[in-house]
Amino acid sequence: MNPTDLSVMALGGATVLYAIAMVAYAIRLARVADEKVAAKSAAAVPVGAGAPATPASPADEAPAASSPLKRSAKAAGIARSTTLVGALLHGVGLAARGIDAGHVPWSNMYEYTISGSFFAVVAFLILQRRRDVAYLGAGVTGMATIALGLALTVLYKDVDTLPPALQSYWLVIHVSIATIVTGIFAVSFIASALQLMRDSRDRGVRWTGARARFLDAVPAASSLEALSFRLNAVGFVLWTFTVMAGAIWAEHAWGRYWGWDPKEVWSFVIWVLYAAYLHARTTQGWAGRRSAWLAIAGFTALIMNFTVVNLFLQGLHTYAGS
Amino acid sequence: MARVKLDNYVVPAAPRLGVRGWLRWIWRQVTSMRVALILLLLLALASIPGSVLPQWPQDAAATRAFLDENPFWGPILDATGFLDVFGSAWFTAIYLLLFASLIGCITPRAIHHYRELRRPVAATPRSLARYDGAGPETVSSTPDDAVEAARAVLRPRAGWVGALRGYRVRVDRRDDGAVALAAETGHVRELGNLVFHASLVLVLVAVAYGTLFTYRGQAIVVEGRSFTNAVAAYDTFSSGALFDASDLDPFTLRLDSLDAEFSDTGRPLHFQANVTFTEPGEDPVAEEIAVNHPLESGDAKIYLQGNGYAPVITVRDAAGEVAFSGPVVFLAQDAAYTSTGVIKVPDVTTGEQLGFKATLYPSFLEGPFAVGSVHPDPANPVIEMLAYTGDLGLDAGVPQNVYRLDESQLSPVQDEDGLPVTLRLALGETVDLPDGLGSVTFEELPRYGAFDLRADPSLPFLLAAAVLTLAGLATSLFASRRKVWVVARTQDGTTVVTGAAYAPAHDAGVGVVLERAMAAAAGRDPAPSAEEREHS
Ligand code: HEM
Repeated sequence: MNPTDLSVMALGGATVLYAIAMVAYAIRLARVADEKVAAKSAAAVPVGAGAPATPASPADEAPAASSPLKRSAKAAGIARSTTLVGALLHGVGLAARGIDAGHVPWSNMYEYTISGSFFAVVAFLILQRRRDVAYLGAGVTGMATIALGLALTVLYKDVDTLPPALQSYWLVIHVSIATIVTGIFAVSFIASALQLMRDSRDRGVRWTGARARFLDAVPAASSLEALSFRLNAVGFVLWTFTVMAGAIWAEHAWGRYWGWDPKEVWSFVIWVLYAAYLHARTTQGWAGRRSAWLAIAGFTALIMNFTVVNLFLQGLHTYAGS
Repeated sequence: MARVKLDNYVVPAAPRLGVRGWLRWIWRQVTSMRVALILLLLLALASIPGSVLPQWPQDAAATRAFLDENPFWGPILDATGFLDVFGSAWFTAIYLLLFASLIGCITPRAIHHYRELRRPVAATPRSLARYDGAGPETVSSTPDDAVEAARAVLRPRAGWVGALRGYRVRVDRRDDGAVALAAETGHVRELGNLVFHASLVLVLVAVAYGTLFTYRGQAIVVEGRSFTNAVAAYDTFSSGALFDASDLDPFTLRLDSLDAEFSDTGRPLHFQANVTFTEPGEDPVAEEIAVNHPLESGDAKIYLQGNGYAPVITVRDAAGEVAFSGPVVFLAQDAAYTSTGVIKVPDVTTGEQLGFKATLYPSFLEGPFAVGSVHPDPANPVIEMLAYTGDLGLDAGVPQNVYRLDESQLSPVQDEDGLPVTLRLALGETVDLPDGLGSVTFEELPRYGAFDLRADPSLPFLLAAAVLTLAGLATSLFASRRKVWVVARTQDGTTVVTGAAYAPAHDAGVGVVLERAMAAAAGRDPAPSAEEREHS
């Protein structure tokens, strides 16, 4: 098998595994939510035995007491292992692509997408080793499925040599960190989105009613905020580094460190938005919901920088769209 | 007519502040976190049009075209700074206000921090009930020994990082016999934060300094020719307000050859200029300049920014005299280096001046419907040109674009049917012009390199400021800010230890530290947790 086929097949396999993992993670969320409800109503029985308003019907309750617990653990196990194997295949696909092209696999939109989604999954897996963040799994693997699917179907490009502008070790430094940051911000974006949903539900916002039962299975909004802050802090430092490294490279390649090229403008906007997020966290009236919205705005700008700016705005970074 | 007192019109009960009071109020607002936040958001928002609309400094040609296409909105946007966002008054106002706010914010904080560093650790609060606690736990040692053991755990770690991140401690013996340990860490976090914000100011100062002293110029050099570094030698030259032309180092740069490699499909693979570089009074040295590989000379760098073909053309006039001979710079128009150029021949011995508009096809191919170049390499170079006679308009004293022919006083050379004549020349060929006007020869096809020279004395400072920024930021985000208290007292003949800790919500590791301190006080082995593995 040649490296081109190996890469595409491995990435295709990873896409399928991520899709399975996403379903398993979603099932796990539903099961954990069930268990919490069951635990609550079980606790309510001795006190409220005679009370009229016991939410769960007895028919549900009898099997719920023991089996969903096992079922959620089983779903979590499947989710974990498919994600892990998916990430391995993903890594193989990425490496094969790099070997095939003869350079690091992040020089056009296709390659940037396959590596960015890889780092998102890796960031998630590393996080998962340190704390229980299985509730992020559905979001992360879902995003990775979409990203890989789009990459393989719409963005796919045959391997090609690097244009002279990219023949620099700064491609390795600057773009690899940018790609890693994208992965980290993607995970924290999911945490912030969950934080907002959970917070809305806790305030009794109507739309989150019946359908958002899974929110029972995610931690409290304040824990989600703490988690996304840690990720955003790491992301922000690395993004600062990315912008600086980009400026040094631009100085090498084009003779100016900063030229307000569309890509540079958006990198700056992203940086400023995350700086605003960090300030908002400590500003009265902005901490919590509004700062989470700023983090989401930052990630949206990051995605814009990679899509709209690459495709529609002209600048020196035009090779990025090829 | 009654005069409206603005300052207490809306809120009659508001105290009159007076000018100083107002100024103080405004300053407090400007330096508040909320205003900093809003200014940051404004800065992000204000940048966006700069990426969507064409901008004068980035692409003057596109901006001019935009103005032509939008006769109504174009001038409005131009007048309001939207076509030069990053030089506009409003963008400048936002960032200057932001930096004013920044300085106003960090100066008092720096003073406060300095005092804070010299102040002893605050005593343990009387009541620890407000904080996340541990214990009470009965231990076998005396209160003094228990606190001493806890303190040993919190001592600064080895190395300078440890020293910076370690705890400052204080032990109090209270009236009721209790022994209280207060330990805190986190000054380095605040220090990092201050360094970060101050370095942002340094970055701005370095950029401003660079803008004043920088210079840059562009010059096109044809293979085999030389260039001497002087303002007049550049095709375009720009410099900062405080630049001094005598700072230019008068070196010469000879372009020996320009290598341009392309793949079979015509994708660029590598561009490299092989040059001979001579500093005044020194021996010539052979150097290479490539994309991503500029040549450094003093504080200037020379970049290879572009390349193309400069066909050597000879034009003979009606009398058979050489009226023009030399390389003409053609500009590539597409990836296959189909290039256009203009030849102006003012000095003819007889008749009118001559002008040519020419297109070069490096790998010429004639198809049934069109002609074109199929590859950027000169496999089959052909030049097609239209000839003009008349007045080139060079004497008007107006500087002329060398890539454009002013056709206002020229007429195309025509054949018997009155159609413009297209001349076609392969490399080495000579063709005669109609009506005995003379002849044109396509002699050679050298390449040229477009060089960009740039000096910016601020770069080392800028780099230093950037590194400080990054270091300060990382310290301020990753160093922890924690307080840990352990109180031991004698109760009913035994020693009872209580502990508590305080840290920002995202800092999950503080519980581990408290647990370690409590375990030490109790003489237990602390159970290593996942958190601890993470933080050790
Ligand atoms: C150029 C504008 C500014 C930028 C890019 C910026 C950036 C940042 C960043 C990235 C942080 C997070 C790092 C940390 O927590 O230590 C931060 C924190 C902070 N900034 Fe700024 N800042 C700017 C202006 C200001 C201004 C004008 C103020 C004063 C009102 C200010 C006050 C603070 C404070 C108090 C913190 C610490 C927040 C905390 O305790 O977590 N900053 N800033």
